[in-house]
Amino acid sequence: MPSVSTVRRGDGLVAWLFLAPYLVLFLGFVLLPIVLGVWISLHNWDYTLPGKPFVGIDNYSNLLNPDSVAFEPFWDAMKATGIFTAFSVPLLIAIPLVVAMVMNQKFPGRNFFRAVYFAPYVLGVAVVGVMWRFLLDRNIGAVNSYLGGLGLPDAIAWLSSMPAAWFALVGVTVWWTLGFNAVIYIAGLQDIPRELYDAAKVDGAGRWSVIWNVTLPSLRPVTMFVTIVTLIASANMFGQSFIMTNGAPAQETRTAIFYIAETGLQNFQMGQAAAASWILTVALMLLSLVVFAIFRARGALDVS
Amino acid sequence: MRGAKQVLRYALLVPLTLLFVSPLVFMLVTSFKTPNEAVQTPPTWWPDPFTTQAYERIFNAADTPVLRWFANSMIAATANAAIVVVTAALAAYALARLEFRGKKVVFALIVSTLFVPPVILIIPNYEIVGRLYWLDTLLAIIVPTAASAFGVFFLRQFFAQLPRELEESARLDGANRWQIFVQIVLPLSKPALATLALLSFLTNWNDFLWPVYVLFSPETQTLQAGLSTLQSANNVRYDLLMAGAVVASIPVLLLYLLTQRFVIEGVSRSGLKG
Repeated sequence: MPSVSTVRRGDGLVAWLFLAPYLVLFLGFVLLPIVLGVWISLHNWDYTLPGKPFVGIDNYSNLLNPDSVAFEPFWDAMKATGIFTAFSVPLLIAIPLVVAMVMNQKFPGRNFFRAVYFAPYVLGVAVVGVMWRFLLDRNIGAVNSYLGGLGLPDAIAWLSSMPAAWFALVGVTVWWTLGFNAVIYIAGLQDIPRELYDAAKVDGAGRWSVIWNVTLPSLRPVTMFVTIVTLIASANMFGQSFIMTNGAPAQETRTAIFYIAETGLQNFQMGQAAAASWILTVALMLLSLVVFAIFRARGALDVS
Repeated sequence: MRGAKQVLRYALLVPLTLLFVSPLVFMLVTSFKTPNEAVQTPPTWWPDPFTTQAYERIFNAADTPVLRWFANSMIAATANAAIVVVTAALAAYALARLEFRGKKVVFALIVSTLFVPPVILIIPNYEIVGRLYWLDTLLAIIVPTAASAFGVFFLRQFFAQLPRELEESARLDGANRWQIFVQIVLPLSKPALATLALLSFLTNWNDFLWPVYVLFSPETQTLQAGLSTLQSANNVRYDLLMAGAVVASIPVLLLYLLTQRFVIEGVSRSGLKG
């Protein structure tokens, strides 16, 4: 704690007073939980029981040891999260980019369209999930009914068969969050200096060449941001599965967060759940670093 | 050439608009149907007969008190947004304008938690909230998520680009830091404060996993957690489920309709400065 007298020309005490209310929350509900999470993961921790024996790294080694009973449910859930992430992230990078490029010109109704595409994002996952579970119902859902009307298969079990359930979960997620990413891209597109486009035109570049050589490279920081944010959001998918499929068929769409919440907050195996959330987090951070490195490497190439 | 391009653009944008709007319209329409018509195929786009019985039923059911949930969500989201804006504005001002030891460390610490996946906080925060005896109360929904690193970062960036001249002349006139903050900085920052309040309200209103697990009694649920309770209580009563979903959507859609420029601007700025 710095004392006022040691800070020259400073606002020491006043500054800490300004910071205090936020820091109380930040220490109590962000920093302390991060540390406490590690501590819990080293114990056989049941919220409802008085004794919480120390077990060292057992919770981690159980999750990483194929012979342990904890291994399969956890890695099945990690696999579900992996599948969901692998399909939703590329779609949520590419589709919003196309929408943003179409929207990035002046035309009548532009703000209206932008507002409409963003609208689902302001709804919660519970509303989105309940609504789409209804629309995708195998027997009475509007989706199958209209597919039948078009002469297509009309009895797809969207919420309880494979691979239909992944189409449903990924599709609904794209529907729900496409506008969010598009809005970020649009802002990025508007920040590209006009001169870059003009220069490309003077050089006689065609439309695709302009997109490839001007638009996409200039958008790189924004694309990286979108990629990392979408990656983290997809890897944390929970509500869609919880409401729409409840993990079905079998437990194939039960995601890692679903597993962590059930294990920790329903069965109260909190040590195991905390360990699982650390494994998921470390995996996510490594993935983010890879994404970061890829964008950096591409950037370096372009400069040379 | 220009005309063809324009046609092509609308040929893409109009169907996309239908894809976004029609599910919401269908949800609304279904909420005014009888239970039988709600599950009829092919689906109807106008209720016949038009009935509000789904709403009456969910508003009066003891195990799914939707109006109570509505009030809970309103209280929680409003209180959370207020705490976020007040604490983040104070902290952001210190980080943007005041000189003190440890400033860089504090700012770096806050920013570094921006990309920490929230999953890491779930289990330990349950333990903390339990020790505070906040489980099954709205405090569990209001307080922990009010520690908004995004809010501090967002407002700090905004304060930092305000012109310093006004603040400096007020300083020369003898105003202290608190007076400068309240009388000069805050009034200049209304758009940013409003945007942060809106985003916090929406996020809290829509939060799902956390309320599902920390609220258990029917009377303490928020609307989002309640929707899943409503779903397990009325598995295929889609008239009731859609009525519940409509109640949960109306406040946020209205708020969005009135303030969409703020919301969209806030989101786009969060991306650029990230």
